[in-house]
Amino acid sequence: MLELVHFQVLSAALFSIGIFGVLSRRSAVLVLISIEIMLNAVNVNLVGIAAFSERAADVRVFGHILVVFIITIAAAEIGLALAIVLRVFRNRGSANVDELNVMKW
Amino acid sequence: MTAQLVVFYLLSAITVVSSLGVVLTRNVVHAAFMLLVALLAVAGIFLVAISEFLALAQVLIYGGAVTVVVLFAIMLTRSDDQPRSDNIQWPLALLVATVTFAFIVVVFVASDVETLDGTTRVATDTESNFEVLGLELFTNWAIPFEVASLVLLVSLIGAILLARNVEDGE
Repeated sequence: MLELVHFQVLSAALFSIGIFGVLSRRSAVLVLISIEIMLNAVNVNLVGIAAFSERAADVRVFGHILVVFIITIAAAEIGLALAIVLRVFRNRGSANVDELNVMKW
Repeated sequence: MTAQLVVFYLLSAITVVSSLGVVLTRNVVHAAFMLLVALLAVAGIFLVAISEFLALAQVLIYGGAVTVVVLFAIMLTRSDDQPRSDNIQWPLALLVATVTFAFIVVVFVASDVETLDGTTRVATDTESNFEVLGLELFTNWAIPFEVASLVLLVSLIGAILLARNVEDGE
């Protein structure tokens, strides 16, 4: 029987994988990809809770509405962030996050 | 074991394995394509949870737009030192990820979310929620919806301005 805890464990696994990617990758593009995985983990969690809620349909759909907004913001974020990465690469010749130490003191 | 559960396990396995591929593979292009696989499997999981609209949006936005943008970014930021794509602090990252996973699972199992609404309702709802979602989105959530579209517009204009070549601009 499919239960809410299945969705939650999947969500936790995806989120941890995303955290590992953000912390261990050197390329800025791969860090952004890992952030997308983390956002998807949140979406899985929200959709699961919305599917298992006993509330009325117009209350339950709140989870889906939240996911719509998260997808919108994620699209905006990845577009803007990749433009910044592109600009950094043009200016400094590298898109590796550990070489961007101009502000380190 | 119901068919629903089998499909869910299959899609979860695809999602987790390809996500691990994204964070572990050395080849950046392979990582982007495995991200595509993971996102499409997540769309399948949305279908299991009876949310068709989100599955469609996931395929269109992530499968279409985001992957293409990521691939172009990879192409344009390609440098020579591809082989060493991992940070030396990866054991620490593994530790943090494991602790986070354990913490989240413990919190989920211990929390009252399941008992909050009566847990046993399996997602066997056959009715579509297109109508409810659209109605809510354009009545109670109309202003946040418009703000979100404005945010998207502004951020994409900003992306164009940032990525533009200033030298041959004007």
